[in-house]
Amino acid sequence: MSTQAALKTTPLNATHRELGAKMVDFGGWDMPVNYGSQIEEHHAVRTGCGLFDVSHMLPLDIRGANARGFLRRLVANNVDKLQVSGKALYSCMLNEAGGVIDDLIIYFMDESWFRLVVNAGTADKDLAWMEKMNADWGTGLALTPRRDLAMIAIQGPDATRVLNEALPGVDQITSVLKPFNAAAMGEMFIARTGYTGEDGFEAMVLAKSAPFFWRALMEAGGKPIGLGARDTLRLEAGMNLYGQDMDETTSPLESGLAWTVDLKTERDFVGRRALEASEVTKQLAGLVLLDKGVLRGHQKVHTRNGDGEITSGTFSPTMQQSIALARIPLGVAPGDEVEVEIRDKKLKAKVVKYPFVRNGKVLI
Amino acid sequence: MSIPADLKYTPSHEWVRVEADGTLTVGITHHAQDLLGDMVFVENPAQGRVLNKGEECAVVESVKAASDVYAPVAGEVVAANGEVEASPESVNKDAYAAWLFKMKPANPADVGTLLDAAAYQKLVESEAH
Repeated sequence: MSTQAALKTTPLNATHRELGAKMVDFGGWDMPVNYGSQIEEHHAVRTGCGLFDVSHMLPLDIRGANARGFLRRLVANNVDKLQVSGKALYSCMLNEAGGVIDDLIIYFMDESWFRLVVNAGTADKDLAWMEKMNADWGTGLALTPRRDLAMIAIQGPDATRVLNEALPGVDQITSVLKPFNAAAMGEMFIARTGYTGEDGFEAMVLAKSAPFFWRALMEAGGKPIGLGARDTLRLEAGMNLYGQDMDETTSPLESGLAWTVDLKTERDFVGRRALEASEVTKQLAGLVLLDKGVLRGHQKVHTRNGDGEITSGTFSPTMQQSIALARIPLGVAPGDEVEVEIRDKKLKAKVVKYPFVRNGKVLI
Repeated sequence: MSIPADLKYTPSHEWVRVEADGTLTVGITHHAQDLLGDMVFVENPAQGRVLNKGEECAVVESVKAASDVYAPVAGEVVAANGEVEASPESVNKDAYAAWLFKMKPANPADVGTLLDAAAYQKLVESEAH
């Protein structure tokens, strides 16, 4: 008998149930973990087209004069890289200690409208932080959470065809939309972004339109994909997961995210001073297990330079072996062998440069 | 999927078949594999290992998670299924055919402590709430 508070649901909840999804409590959200075989879903995205309900993530509109100035101070990456309408930027939002409050995507639409997409589990905390900064800095911006929108990711080599077929006329956008760019038409918002390492789109539509849109995408050949495969796909693609690979206690510089932290310009952003004063001693590295078994989060890693820990681990359906991201001491390099403690055994793993898989191809 | 009436069960979702010679064949139930999802790794106890009742003795891992398998009664491992280690997905295909290991119970009467199919069915139903 369940005594917990009611789970939050997305506009596609009934659709998932009709499709026979196995539903799980995912950070307070009632979400599909799979619709059958997680491995088959994984392969469907690498070889065809998969559909993901990512409506638990929160789109957040920032509107007002000098939205850009606000974001310059708020996030670690530099929004001045965004000069063309629709362009997207991946960034961390840091606290004063340089820890990661969240990782997010920022879409630049015009000088008075930026759209952010933040993680589900951190959405409330993110919004509170942004409102506090908005007040402290007197920027007077309107921050609007868009829970009236549903977000569907359409991912895989066949994604463009599926989206074009499901939504007549959208080919005018998909044919010109470059990776990491978005376009808005009324309340519909289509971005060429994703979390799988494949070509594809993340489409935001009004919540009430989502079930019809999802069915149209399925009729065009898109396969429903649960959060289980979403995790193996993103890990093969070498993409961080907030709460596992980084959090408020870890530096982006020790989380494989230095490329997203702009320290080249003079721009003062929250967390910058702490990062500049910090000593980086660890790195996020890829591991491939050489022995039989499965790497999992929190397993201890022994290297010649000291110990580290796996942050995310799984069995890679594409590579048919276990892979992981691990936070290990600097100086340990690709090609080095390390030992991972799994239960009572020490198993051999090799350090590799990640991503492991991109666009259907194994890179290791 | 129905729960085979000729098998015995544990609350930790192992199934046990009592063979004609008194040895026990052990696997995990259909319900257990359904909870775990696609199986990718199985590690069985070594032949000759002596187990206490409830001891962790095998591991099954799906893409999603690792799960321990517990000795249903005390006894000695007399065989381990290498085929299921080579093809972990066989547990998903037919959990009651893909046995993990066979054991000789220290005390044959201990088998009486296991659940029958009706009791196990009740347990599965109660967990669904």
